[in-house]
Amino acid sequence: MRNKKALLLLSGLVAIFCLSTSAFGLSDAFKNNIYNPGIMKPTDSVLKVNVGDRAPDFTLPAVSGGKVSLGHYLGKKNVVLSFVPAAWTPVCSDQWPGYNIVKQIFDKNNAILLGITVDNIPTLFAWTNQMGKLWFDILSDFWPHGAVAAKYGVLRSDGVTERALFVIDKKGIVRYIDVHNINERPRLEVLVKELEKLGK
Amino acid sequence: MKKAFIYQLAAVFMFVLVFDSGPVAAGSTPKKGGALPEISLSVPKDPGHRDYLGLSGQGLFRIGQIKAKAVIIEIFSMYCPHCQGEAFRVNELYELMEKTSNAKGKLKLIGIGAGNSAFEVGIFKETYKVPFPLFADGDFSIHKSLGEVRTPYFFGVKIKDDGTHEVFYSKLGGFNNADEFLQMMLKLAELD
Repeated sequence: MRNKKALLLLSGLVAIFCLSTSAFGLSDAFKNNIYNPGIMKPTDSVLKVNVGDRAPDFTLPAVSGGKVSLGHYLGKKNVVLSFVPAAWTPVCSDQWPGYNIVKQIFDKNNAILLGITVDNIPTLFAWTNQMGKLWFDILSDFWPHGAVAAKYGVLRSDGVTERALFVIDKKGIVRYIDVHNINERPRLEVLVKELEKLGK
Repeated sequence: MKKAFIYQLAAVFMFVLVFDSGPVAAGSTPKKGGALPEISLSVPKDPGHRDYLGLSGQGLFRIGQIKAKAVIIEIFSMYCPHCQGEAFRVNELYELMEKTSNAKGKLKLIGIGAGNSAFEVGIFKETYKVPFPLFADGDFSIHKSLGEVRTPYFFGVKIKDDGTHEVFYSKLGGFNNADEFLQMMLKLAELD
């Protein structure tokens, strides 16, 4: 019995050792202004929507000014929601700049991208300014804090969101969900494949 | 019972050793006068790139196998705004290298995409019409072995006749003038 417990403990330690990886390549664009929170629990929330569900509507303020509603795109565009945990953190800072050079892939698949964090507008303004001119809207789910993230089930217990992607078709139906390991950036090719499926 | 437990314990350790080396520990960044860690890259599928690097066949190659007196290595990422913004200037460097007699055939340029898959490297190459060979480092293993440098980061490496090499340049950030950068590289690599 004692042996079994010891084995279980050892296996747990091994699993933590194997799974607790974080890797990011940090652009010099952010200089030394990035706060590294270290390795975090890969996911820490319970999804409230599933593939096939109608995507919960929302309206959020955008860094570019004004407000953006998901419902605005109904019947017009496929929508990718990219939740990232927090401004000025390592992996997040190296995610949206990549999406910024693939507008043609989104256009080809009649899709738009909405970036969302729980940071406030001034913080998002300063942070995203380091990324160059972004072609997509950045939305603030700051107040009521993380309400949209909570509606989708991607608000973590510490108040930041998961690193999550939702692909929503023109009918407003969720077609793909990736609540990714918060410590890693999702592969672009996986998202591209999901976008290409929408046209088939 | 005790014997069985020892076997089970050994099996767990074997699993760790054989199937997972755990998080790759970050190495220190090679400095001038030092050497790069062992870096293996896939021989390019593009015949033009293979010719440029003096390689043949398939599989992996080491930096020391590149047919050159010296190699400039850019560590970049398609997710890096500075790498995107400066891509045109690095292309210009390559064009200058090909036009300069001291550099052509002797000084080669490659890029390694830190944490970028082959698909992501392909996006960068296509977006910025990069004419020189780029390589994927999807699992960050090369990036980690180079001390997790920020991007873009440039290494200059002299290739010795015996296939060993020596770093002659190691610096974060791009450059404002491709010609000046090339002249500096030629001087440091003793190709001027």
